[in-house]
Amino acid sequence: MMRRVYLDNNATTPVLPEVLETMRPYFGERFGNASSIHHHGQETRAAVEDARASVAALLGCRESEVVFTSGGTEGDNLAIAGLANSGDHVITSSVEHHAVIHACKHLEEAGCEVTFLPVDGQGLVAPEDVRRALRPNTKLISIMMANNETGVLQPVEEIGKIAAEADVFFHTDAVQAAGKVAIDVKRIGCDALSISGHKMHAPQGVGALYVRKGTHIRPLFYGGRHERSRRAGTENVPGIVALGKAAELALQAFERGEDKKMTALRDRLQQGIVSQVDEVGVNGNGAPRVPNTTNVYFDHIEGEALVIALDLKGLAVSTGAACSSGAIEPSHVLTAMGLRGDRARASIRFSLGKQNTAEDVDFALALVPETVARLRDLSPVYKKEAAGSKLGARS
Amino acid sequence: MNSKTIAVAMSGGVDSSTVAAMLRAEGHSVIGLTMQLWNQRRLAGREGMPESVQGRCCSLDDVYDARRVAQHLGIPYYVVNHEERFEQDVVRPFVEEYLSGRTPIPCSLCNNHLKFDQLLIVAQQIGAEQVATGHYARVEYDSARGRWLLMRPADLAKDQTYFLFGLTQEQLCRTIFPLGGMTKPEVRELARKHGLALAEKPDSQEICFVPGGDYKRFIDAYLADQGEALPDTAGELVTTNGEVIGEHPGIHNFTVGQRKGLGVATGSPLYVIQINGADKQVVVGGEEHLYSRTLRARRVNLIAVDELREPMRVTVKIRHRHEPAPAVIEKSGDDEILVTFDQPQRAVTPGQAAVFYDGNIVVGGGWIS
Repeated sequence: MMRRVYLDNNATTPVLPEVLETMRPYFGERFGNASSIHHHGQETRAAVEDARASVAALLGCRESEVVFTSGGTEGDNLAIAGLANSGDHVITSSVEHHAVIHACKHLEEAGCEVTFLPVDGQGLVAPEDVRRALRPNTKLISIMMANNETGVLQPVEEIGKIAAEADVFFHTDAVQAAGKVAIDVKRIGCDALSISGHKMHAPQGVGALYVRKGTHIRPLFYGGRHERSRRAGTENVPGIVALGKAAELALQAFERGEDKKMTALRDRLQQGIVSQVDEVGVNGNGAPRVPNTTNVYFDHIEGEALVIALDLKGLAVSTGAACSSGAIEPSHVLTAMGLRGDRARASIRFSLGKQNTAEDVDFALALVPETVARLRDLSPVYKKEAAGSKLGARS
Repeated sequence: MNSKTIAVAMSGGVDSSTVAAMLRAEGHSVIGLTMQLWNQRRLAGREGMPESVQGRCCSLDDVYDARRVAQHLGIPYYVVNHEERFEQDVVRPFVEEYLSGRTPIPCSLCNNHLKFDQLLIVAQQIGAEQVATGHYARVEYDSARGRWLLMRPADLAKDQTYFLFGLTQEQLCRTIFPLGGMTKPEVRELARKHGLALAEKPDSQEICFVPGGDYKRFIDAYLADQGEALPDTAGELVTTNGEVIGEHPGIHNFTVGQRKGLGVATGSPLYVIQINGADKQVVVGGEEHLYSRTLRARRVNLIAVDELREPMRVTVKIRHRHEPAPAVIEKSGDDEILVTFDQPQRAVTPGQAAVFYDGNIVVGGGWIS
């Protein structure tokens, strides 16, 4: 068997063994509908509420402020479609996840005005830009906490203050932040915050949206009065239990300082690549970032070919957002940061998870430089450019 | 047997799927690659284009089929995006050729610039020694000549060498056509044996990026998408004697040999004889004017020989569905070959390829000017 190392944890993470053990009974003996009156219902209701308490602890909010969802996309949609109405103005950024961008585009079609703020070369939104974009009819600001492609952390606390002063709702997509950096909704000052289970070692198909007490949010689904009438549909009990456990483990990990260990591991990977490969750079290196992500450009290659070549040798990384077929456009995130198209297409995201070890990083460091060299050797563009630069040096 | 790492260009059709299954069964390490070349949704909803194209995420149904085959065979499978190059090297020239009065063959351009260029590079970059495709053709090394030869396949009804004349020695030496010795029914039978669900999938006939085959509507929709106006190529309809007998709405609506849709009624049937892009004239005349004994082929690629030093007796195919006709070819200029047929040939069409054969061996070919 070929050794396989997975460094694409921003796409999804493996379910931690403890999380799997915790959720397992809810597929079998503890199967009740959490809304049922009888013993079976009471048993699962207790589990759902315990999980809610764990998620509330992770986010620094009340239990009643946690709405369980099917994942990050639903949370983003619920917050955006549920807080803005036709005629409202919404402020967001050009580096958001598609769950936010496309939800905002839908709002435009439904009669809202949307401002997509630019970012600087490091991928950061300027809080001053947010303030300047405010209009009398601004209803909502939605700016992500951490970017999925670069890991760059936005100044959400400053944006939260601006939103509070202007009395505008503030939603933040914290899908890529949860479990990686500490989150405190009070400090951020947000009214809504979405997280996703599978980005933090719980399974796919579960997430949560924090909705500040007293905030009326229009539900996406018509149905029963689940989740205090904010999200109809029988609860995904095994998923919710798993998310609760993952939240609990994430909090414990912060207490043990594991985020610092993660940063050290990521920096070792990043330094190793930058020192061993020519003509590379780190996208968003000058901004605060989550501990697990580094996005590196390797000039003169197609990122797509590098991802395939590495996968065939056992290393899983990605060119950015996950998509079932080749990405049609170069990353909108990197392009918004001002990268040229070819450099954006030459960029690779490495994202670590709790399961990764120093040996995994060594494995990557043994593979990446030689693979990049091979790709460049076989690239007609690289040969041409290399020849050109030699000529240039002589003249 | 000698196990190799081979990339298979998988289109989601029976032929390339069967190639993947065959090579896998032979014990090779097979990597499935599909080239994403054109976003079918891009022109969707424009006039004359389908409302929407069924698809998933950014892909086509064919990508889905190819991926399912790869999963069935248990081979790694990837989609590589070459939309930018495809538009630049295939779609754009396709539109420009029509607008200048020629009748292009996008499949040859795609083979030259994408399948046997970009894909071959990606294949090498990811560690594959060879690329296999589902084309019906054969490639063999001839040690006497010291050259790689492209040859017609066993199933002459499926012969695709006409579209492959542009392959260079470097490309041929890394390419294998495993279906070259098989007939289509044999391929389908083999697909069934390998349990491929798409064994009965119909063959694709049309140009992959022109839904429904209506190239005129495609050109309109493409230019509108680019924010460009359709250039005015309307002009006069003239006879072979130079007599103006009417007007036409644009030269891209015509192909040499075309009889219908000329918009004039005369006693005897009229055909498009020639399209003059420069003065936007469409020349029409009786069928007898359609025949010509000579043609000039430019941008020549030679395969079986390194150079044409003296006139050579060959057979020449001037369109995909054309029985190769006996002719003599000789060098008539820099990168130009003069073809003289034994018998005049009907509707020699600029923009199409002239491909030269020595029996089943492809000598080379060029673009009819």
